[in-house]
Amino acid sequence: MAKVRGAVVVDTEVCKGCNLCVVACPTLTLALNRNVNNKGYHYSYMENPENCTGCTNCSTVCPDSCITVYRTKTVH
Amino acid sequence: MSVLTERINQIIKPENLVYAKTPLLNDDAMHYCPGCSHGVVHRLIAEVIEEMGIQEQTIGVSPVGCAVFAYNYIDIDWAEAAHGRAPAVATGIKRVMPEKYVFSYQGDGDLAAIGTAETLHAINRGENIVMIFINNAIYGMTGGQMAPTTLIGQITATTPFGRNADLNGYPLKITELIAQLPGAAYVTRQSVQTPAAVRKAKKAIRKAFEIQAKKIGTAFVEVVSTCSSGWKLTPVASNKWMEDNMFPQYPLGDLKDSGRADADLYRIKG
Ligand SMILES: Cc1ncc(C[n+]2csc(CCOP(=O)(O)OP(=O)(O)O)c2C)c(N)n1
Ligand code: SF4
Ligand code: SF4
Ligand code: SF4
Ligand SMILES: [Mg+2]
Repeated sequence: MAKVRGAVVVDTEVCKGCNLCVVACPTLTLALNRNVNNKGYHYSYMENPENCTGCTNCSTVCPDSCITVYRTKTVH
Repeated sequence: MSVLTERINQIIKPENLVYAKTPLLNDDAMHYCPGCSHGVVHRLIAEVIEEMGIQEQTIGVSPVGCAVFAYNYIDIDWAEAAHGRAPAVATGIKRVMPEKYVFSYQGDGDLAAIGTAETLHAINRGENIVMIFINNAIYGMTGGQMAPTTLIGQITATTPFGRNADLNGYPLKITELIAQLPGAAYVTRQSVQTPAAVRKAKKAIRKAFEIQAKKIGTAFVEVVSTCSSGWKLTPVASNKWMEDNMFPQYPLGDLKDSGRADADLYRIKG
């Protein structure tokens, strides 16, 4: 059966590591990276990419508009 | 390439795109602190303007406060007003160019302290503008001093033992006052701390811009907001503090909608 699959791309240099996307993600896909970007922020990334459904909750709450979301039904 | 990376690459393709930053938001990184509500509201305004196709017809008036540089972030025409004077500047622009969509964007210090007179009189005149009100219960820009909207007991730089009504007066529910004015066509209070709240707030902002085209008075959207730097909490803890403390004082929802029969009655009599 085709399952809904998603993926996000975080603009890691724009991300400020606020953590709001991490707590808004219903599937525990996201986490803050232990590495930091050039501004010194622990940027958000897909720690569990297989969980993502492409629901857009993370991009909806991100104050810095740094998340792009993709979704498909065709990947198995 | 690992199986996982391969699978992710299969998903990340233009035809699968479901959300991307609107081109109306410029590429300049916003100067706001991590997690600041201003950033979310800027995006919602940009998305609404894009979806309504009114980029060339919209003029924003930015305030003094943390949003003083709002004109750097949304790719429309802007004017910058002196502290609290955005409704007066917006009035002038709208009266000279009535075909434009004009909005002010103001914090609680700007709108409900130094600019109270401009705010109330612009709305009482029924100016056909949108006013976006970011209520974070503090003067964010200047280092977290008490605002008129600061809660009783709330610690700020100027109320180190918490706001005390005997000394500092009461939190000003200016949105409730505004709803009484006959010139106000639409008055609503929203928030942006969860995906559901953000989606509702966006609908409210869209409605406010649509009301402007009807020329029936001022459309006023308060967004109960966080200021994690001023509140000295993390962004996530700020959202929780806002839900627990701000929402009881500033309950969410529509306060007035000119579409309602009683508002029409008020309009005729008032
Ligand atoms: C005439 C004038 N008085 C005072 C100030 C100092 N000042 C700058 S921003 C501000 C308050 C900003 O608070 P608010 O409107 O709530 O915006 P926020 O930063 O919280 O978004 C004050 C008092 C000023 N710039 N100009
Ligand atoms: S799109 Fe949904 S599931 Fe995927 S990371 Fe964002 S919030 Fe989580
Ligand atoms: S919400 Fe945006 S800025 Fe905050 S951590 Fe997530 S991606 Fe970064
Ligand atoms: S001081 Fe407060 S209102 Fe200003 S940018 Fe920082 S969090 Fe936002
Ligand atoms: Mg403020």
